[in-house]
Amino acid sequence: MASPAAAPPSASRKGLAALAVAVALLPLALPNNYTYDVAILVGLNAIVCVGLNLLIGYAGQISLGHAGFFGLGAYGSAILAARYGWPSLAALCASIGAVALLAWAIGRPILRLKGHALAMATLGLGIIVSVVLATEDRYTGGPDGMSVPPLSIAGYAVTGEHTWYWIVGALLVATVWLAQNLIDSPRGRAWRALHGSEVAAGAIGIDPARHKLSAFVFSAALAAAAGALAAHYSGFITPAKASFMHSIELVTMVVFGGMASSLGAVVGAAVLTTLPQLLTVFKEYEMVLLGAVLMLTMIFMPQGLVPTLEKALAAARGKSR
Amino acid sequence: MSAQLVQFLLSGLTVGAIYALVALGFCIIYNASHIINFAQGEFVMIGGMAAAAFVDTGLPLPLAALAAVGGATLVGLALEKLAVEPARGAPVVTLIIITIGASILLRGLAALVWDKKIHSLPAFSGETPLAIGGATLLPQTLWVLGTTVLTVGLLWWFFNRTLTGKAILAVSHNRLAAQLMGISVRRVLLVSFGLSAALGALAGVLIAPISFTSWDVGVMLGLKGFAAAILGGMGSGPGAIAGGLVLGLVEALGAGYLSSAYKDVFAFVIILAALVFLPDGLAGRRAAERV
Repeated sequence: MASPAAAPPSASRKGLAALAVAVALLPLALPNNYTYDVAILVGLNAIVCVGLNLLIGYAGQISLGHAGFFGLGAYGSAILAARYGWPSLAALCASIGAVALLAWAIGRPILRLKGHALAMATLGLGIIVSVVLATEDRYTGGPDGMSVPPLSIAGYAVTGEHTWYWIVGALLVATVWLAQNLIDSPRGRAWRALHGSEVAAGAIGIDPARHKLSAFVFSAALAAAAGALAAHYSGFITPAKASFMHSIELVTMVVFGGMASSLGAVVGAAVLTTLPQLLTVFKEYEMVLLGAVLMLTMIFMPQGLVPTLEKALAAARGKSR
Repeated sequence: MSAQLVQFLLSGLTVGAIYALVALGFCIIYNASHIINFAQGEFVMIGGMAAAAFVDTGLPLPLAALAAVGGATLVGLALEKLAVEPARGAPVVTLIIITIGASILLRGLAALVWDKKIHSLPAFSGETPLAIGGATLLPQTLWVLGTTVLTVGLLWWFFNRTLTGKAILAVSHNRLAAQLMGISVRRVLLVSFGLSAALGALAGVLIAPISFTSWDVGVMLGLKGFAAAILGGMGSGPGAIAGGLVLGLVEALGAGYLSSAYKDVFAFVIILAALVFLPDGLAGRRAAERV
């Protein structure tokens, strides 16, 4: 696989500006609380996907277990706040920190693996996490899930779809900005070098283990943050959020939107989060249609949605000139 | 040996044989194309569900089983022809997402064509248990083990004694060199998808009388088969069989002696330990990366 070419910084800044404008203007097109709810879910998934894209699209390491980190972040914050009476903001931060530490400890041995072996290891981790969450019902409430106290910042409880929309929207823009800066930094260049060839990267003085680990920990922390926010937002969490299917959904969003494109990760999350909501009108045909859309897109746009459209746009511009 | 231990070993071997068949399916497709086929578990589901549906329409069991395996093989061929071949040249990760899409599609179709209820298949030769060392042995267990041994023998013959089998091996060793020798890589891919689908469906038909079947059994069975294939060193046939049996035994002993709630976890704990300490699998070889 060729290593991803970096978009010039000006282009990625344009993408970031477009995203900020889209987040600011979207409420004009959202008629009711249900659509706000879907938009918030899109934002939370997009935060996970932007992080996961750094790992998969830039550093070239697959993970089929990121829903495990999402679930751990959610349950960590929920258990600290609900069972031990922590202030919810402190619980949220502690949970994210703990997941990052865990990812660091686990990442060290398993990131030596490559390709399908790494896919298997991350998949196994995710499944272990989801089974533990479903089984240890004294803490987690078991398969039925548990309720989570609302987030409170400086004594004010954060409730309502509108407030949450602006919080998640601002966090998403900040995440993409952070990711773009990382990609354009020496660390990002090291990730891309690893993607091209680990041996060659090592030969020019890039420590593969250290840089793979940093991408893994960063993406796990973002997943945990989104998980904890999702738990406090919806006030309820079940182990399904940590399941293998959710991990697969996250990777699918990244690849569907286009690997090695932060904007692609956001678009992938937006399309694949809203699509099932739209397809519910087809009731029993929902799964069949979802599978078919996924297959057809990947067959006809193997590079993903955003890179394919960008290329088509550039070609159209070239012709008109 | 206590009767309880014998019982756990027997059930472990039975499940292990099923995992081995699924793992062989993963290996065959992986060797031919480097694709991890996440729809492999759905072939197992189709095998069991189709056999149960055919029996319900009044078809005799052997014919129903044959028709189910045949039907799943057609689905496998169609998957290669309609989805994998048009996308050839795409990154491997894209191909993997296509197989994930296919597994969602097939699961959705199964829920539509059949239903979301749990189905069972009659045992092949009665339910009267046999007693072995104080443990009870269902006749179906013998069917599972016997058919698996026979299938492995047939596969060995196919890969070592037939031209098509040798062509698949050649492509798995070096795709370009095989092509230059006049082997049609496209046909090899098609055959390997059909063969994998047939193996998966066979596993589904064999296990359905013991553990029931439904539209969503494919997910876990597929993942366990994948784990077995990795444990054996992805791509190695004997490794896949050993990996399947080891996983089945670990799972049965773990569920029996430690905790049945964590039954599904043991396989993955073993696989993580194996990957960290034996990164190339039970039968794997170390390969160097070329720049």
